[in-house]
Amino acid sequence: MQSKMKESDPILEVENLSASTDNLPILKGVSLTVYPGEIHAIMGRNGCGKSTLSKIIAGHPSYNITNGDIKFLGENINSLEPEERSQSGIFLGFQYPIEIPGVSNLEFLRVSTNARRKFLNKEELDTFDFEELVKEKLEIVKMDHAFLSRSVNQGFSGGEKKRNEILQMALLEPKIAILDETDSGLDIDALRIVASGIKKISNAQTGIILITHYQRLLDEIKPNYVHVMSDGQIIKTGESDLALELEEKGYEWTDNFIRET
Amino acid sequence: MVNENLVKDVVKEPYKYGFVTDIETEKIEKGLNEDIIKIISQKKEEPKFLLDFRLKAFRKWQKMKEPEWAELGYKKIDYQDIIYYSAPKQKEKISSLDEVDPKLLETFDKLGIPLTEQKKLTNVAVDAVFDSVSIATTFREELAEHGVIFCSISEAVKNHPDLIEKYLGTVVPASDNYFAALNSAVFSDGSFVYIPKGVACPMDLSSYFRINSGDSGQFERTLIIAEESSSVSYLEGCTAPMFDTNTLHAAVVELIALDDASIKYSTVQNWYAGDEEGIGGIFNFVTKRGKCLGKRSKISWSQVETGSAITWKYPSCLLLGEESVGEFYSVALTNNLQQADTGTKMIHIGPKTKSTIVSKGISAGNSKNSYRGLVRMGTKATGSRNYSQCDSMLIGDQASANTFPYIKSQQPNSEIEHEASTCRISEDQLFYLQSRGIEFEEAVSMMVSGFCRDVFNQLPMEFAAEADKLLALKLEGSIG
Repeated sequence: MQSKMKESDPILEVENLSASTDNLPILKGVSLTVYPGEIHAIMGRNGCGKSTLSKIIAGHPSYNITNGDIKFLGENINSLEPEERSQSGIFLGFQYPIEIPGVSNLEFLRVSTNARRKFLNKEELDTFDFEELVKEKLEIVKMDHAFLSRSVNQGFSGGEKKRNEILQMALLEPKIAILDETDSGLDIDALRIVASGIKKISNAQTGIILITHYQRLLDEIKPNYVHVMSDGQIIKTGESDLALELEEKGYEWTDNFIRET
Repeated sequence: MVNENLVKDVVKEPYKYGFVTDIETEKIEKGLNEDIIKIISQKKEEPKFLLDFRLKAFRKWQKMKEPEWAELGYKKIDYQDIIYYSAPKQKEKISSLDEVDPKLLETFDKLGIPLTEQKKLTNVAVDAVFDSVSIATTFREELAEHGVIFCSISEAVKNHPDLIEKYLGTVVPASDNYFAALNSAVFSDGSFVYIPKGVACPMDLSSYFRINSGDSGQFERTLIIAEESSSVSYLEGCTAPMFDTNTLHAAVVELIALDDASIKYSTVQNWYAGDEEGIGGIFNFVTKRGKCLGKRSKISWSQVETGSAITWKYPSCLLLGEESVGEFYSVALTNNLQQADTGTKMIHIGPKTKSTIVSKGISAGNSKNSYRGLVRMGTKATGSRNYSQCDSMLIGDQASANTFPYIKSQQPNSEIEHEASTCRISEDQLFYLQSRGIEFEEAVSMMVSGFCRDVFNQLPMEFAAEADKLLALKLEGSIG
């Protein structure tokens, strides 16, 4: 299975990536390759750089790449704008989805979906056609239609915000989705909804990176690889049982790896 | 992690209405004195009562002082260095649009206000004012069939002097303030609307004000009278060429609503704002006031203020009639070095009167945007209510916003409610929208129009779309 996947070209290649913000180095040489159909989990303590890695892949302007490359479908995207990355199929699920007062969720989702469709040379959807599409996708995250008429994320509960993220992923049909602590703040029912949503959206052509602290999401979505990050580096990579071991032994266990390296 | 430095100063989109029409004009000499006022009055062949009105106003103005309380800083205006009458040279008497100088028609065409029979807007009647005079008014006959009078105020003086004498200066007396007194002395043209009893005006009425010459001021005067149980929706638009000098614009608008009448007055103000260094631009000192004279009458102001170097403007309502209603919905956008001090006054005089204020100020660049509002409950205003909401949005970290709500209540049995908020477009919000494929500028404009939604919902449809586009344009190429 694994070897079969690797016959195709990688979706994402992060090569020896270093990055800083306000001259403070955050990433110190991260390498990571994701092939179609693969699910990668990145784990690590708060502040280890895993959220930063996700933001840099999505193009957040606050970080400077000081060394290394990010390649998406073989092309270097280091200098692409965040919107260009999104349009071409990179999706970042936010740990803390941002509230945007006054902007209707429906209109936001429509403009966003159309930006992606335009890139794919698909016909842009008018309000009516989009309503049809979004209705179908709402099913995936079991969200009520009423969410659409509210302002983007405003007054949403933690769980609602996360489901809204997965709804966006469902609409944008990305090539790769980086989900930053999508499981945090979810009760067990919401976690199942989100996890089954992610599974429904992903397929043999898509790649997924799950950034998480906890095993419980990985019980629902079994990763092919687990990476442990510490101080801006990936210090260990293993298969799904690495996550279990990590849960058992705690991050203190990983401190030994740093000493080893 | 918000890096505030990245949300930078706003750069101005070139102003698209900045052209000058090359046309021969008739101007009088610079300066202001009683002789000048007599010349203006004479040129307009005015009756004596109006000349007296002007001279009285002028004498009051001479004794008044320019107000200094607003949050505005500007070089003192030299009132003797302004031309008070400037008009495109035309044939003496124009009987139809065919006789209007094609250059003028072309000008309004370019501004998106076609006036000729073939091209004129189908759903709105337009009064086009160029510098000191009204050029043309469309749909006059159609309106006349309903008894609606829509013409320039100069024509109204000639054809309906009784109405002018009865109502002019009754809402904004000449002594009201410095700029109103100046306007009363020298006003040149503007629009006049009369809606007879029981008539719902069959189409929107609109005035388009165009300043063309650089050294003359524009002093227009608008008077709208809605008789019992009548209604009208009136729109006003304005643009001016780009000059590196400041042009003074001091208008007065008076609205009168009788029993059960309603007037909706919408403005999209896009006077030239000056360049990024603050050179040039219109000084916009305007007095707009409506009198809800009749029972259950209603006056609603909505404004989108995007232009002018300086805006000093407080469209207000005097709520006299029992159960009368006043509304003020405002979006004021300032950019670069623009300054706006704008708001409203809701004066509750009659019982059970109601007013609503929704103000949205957006400041970008190094601009300064202040809301100033007064809500007063008089001794007889029992059971009256006011609700005010004033929100400010800051773009970048050089802009400033102020809110000055004044509340005076002499009536314990009345309610005043005030809410205010300030927000900033954050880099995180922009990144969130961008990370969903939405272009940077569209993201900004989505957030700005989201912020203004409550006000845009109040604008007539075509105007709302225009306002949305205008704000996007003003902020285009802006932050980043």
